Amino acid sequence: MQYLVSVIDDGTGPDTPAEETAIDAFNDRLRAEGHWVFAGGLGSPEAATVIDNRGGEAVFTDGPFVESKEYLAGFWIIEATDLDVALRLAAEGSTACNRKIEVRPFR
Amino acid sequence: MSAIDAREAVTRAHRAEWARVVAALTRRFGDLDTAEEAAAEAFATAVERWPVDGVPPNPGAWLTTTANRKAIDRIRREAKRDDKQKEAQVWYDDDPPEPLGAIDDQRLRLIFTCCHPALAMETRVALTLRMVGGLTMPEIARAFLVPETTMGQRITRAKAKIKAARIPYRVPSAEDLPARVSGVLAVLFLVFNEGYLATGPDTDPVRHDLTAEAIRLTRLIRALLPTDGEVAGLLALMLLTEARRTARVSATGELVTLDEQDRGAWDAALVAEGHRLMRERLAAGVAPGRYQILAAINAVHTSARDIRDTDWSQVVALYGQLVHLDPSPIVALNRAIAVAELDGPEVALAAVDRLEDKLAGYHAYHATRAELLRRLGRSQESRAAYDKAIELAGNTAETAHLTRRRDQLG
Repeated sequence: MQYLVSVIDDGTGPDTPAEETAIDAFNDRLRAEGHWVFAGGLGSPEAATVIDNRGGEAVFTDGPFVESKEYLAGFWIIEATDLDVALRLAAEGSTACNRKIEVRPFR
Repeated sequence: MSAIDAREAVTRAHRAEWARVVAALTRRFGDLDTAEEAAAEAFATAVERWPVDGVPPNPGAWLTTTANRKAIDRIRREAKRDDKQKEAQVWYDDDPPEPLGAIDDQRLRLIFTCCHPALAMETRVALTLRMVGGLTMPEIARAFLVPETTMGQRITRAKAKIKAARIPYRVPSAEDLPARVSGVLAVLFLVFNEGYLATGPDTDPVRHDLTAEAIRLTRLIRALLPTDGEVAGLLALMLLTEARRTARVSATGELVTLDEQDRGAWDAALVAEGHRLMRERLAAGVAPGRYQILAAINAVHTSARDIRDTDWSQVVALYGQLVHLDPSPIVALNRAIAVAELDGPEVALAAVDRLEDKLAGYHAYHATRAELLRRLGRSQESRAAYDKAIELAGNTAETAHLTRRRDQLG
């Protein structure tokens, strides 16, 4: 079972060096224990572009699809046997990156 | 066997076997939805068949077998309907039937799944009452004063989340267990309290169905986790509170406070059982948690022949211990009430007034102030405090009591 673990930035700003070190250590553990699928940090929402090509002509809109004080700052995709395992990992991830985290199952 | 006897046998079996049947089916089919519906169908079949065929020698086994058959029928029907042979995807448990201890373990799994921290508190309560308690959807909706459709949606959403997010069906690991047990106890305490101090203008002041259900489920947890001190503590707390239930509301539906209660009307058997549990915990010599301390306070009250005989210094000491574990303003308020008996109303009022910031919206804060101000002879301020308490109280018996006390003021 795979879970998307989203990192929510609510005004915390960019990672500090200490946070980056902690995230690296957490990533190493995910790999060592077989939970790692993928992870990445994202650029700021201002760098986003929304595209709607449902009408046959692509319309580009500057900015994210939803303006919000809280936004997705990065994510992990993890492999876990069930939600208890995913939640325990996410709790450690939240400490490592010093941010709120959302856990959501893939279909 | 008469039809009435058979109906009673179904009711008894429902109380004793519902959670076991749901748990066994969830284990076998890996799906709460299937388990719940098949269990309900099996009990409906019992209502039809038992008056005609007689009550089977082992009702639990009969119900589990019937429910299993219903579940398989249901899966076949669904497989046929959408023609995708879903049957092949369903996980069948080929393990041999488990000994009784392991079946109890299954009920425990069911409870932990229903009380999972990834579900909202109100959802945990509803799901536990349905899956473990066997209450019907209308019963649960009535208990929490929400429309049946709302309650139905809540439970449906919860079952969907359990499936989609894969909330596990097992007893949590040792490192998670203490936190998860306390989560289960919080659900049961909430059910009990809603029964004990029911809210709503047209609601009975005490909902015995809910207090009884909470006690029954706590007894079950106690049987499954016999060495857990807080489980024993919560059970003792419920029993010692329930023991006073009939003395607590007058014939006219008014709350009767501890000092005015007829102690002869307390349920002696429940008091004895609660005291026995507390003695057992004392003998264990482990530092008590929140429920054990609350139970100990109730044990002091239920040991006193009358209000004057109460060991108030013990009560204050126990509240002091509780403040360390739970520094909430409500605990501080209850401690102040005990302080009034030990050190007088003036000292207590000073302590209560310090809680104004946090408790100004809580009826018991104003009711306590009103009583203390009355004892200090400050009638006008007392009246204003009663008015505020009456305005905020949600329980009909409390409102009646507060109104009478206010109207007694000169």
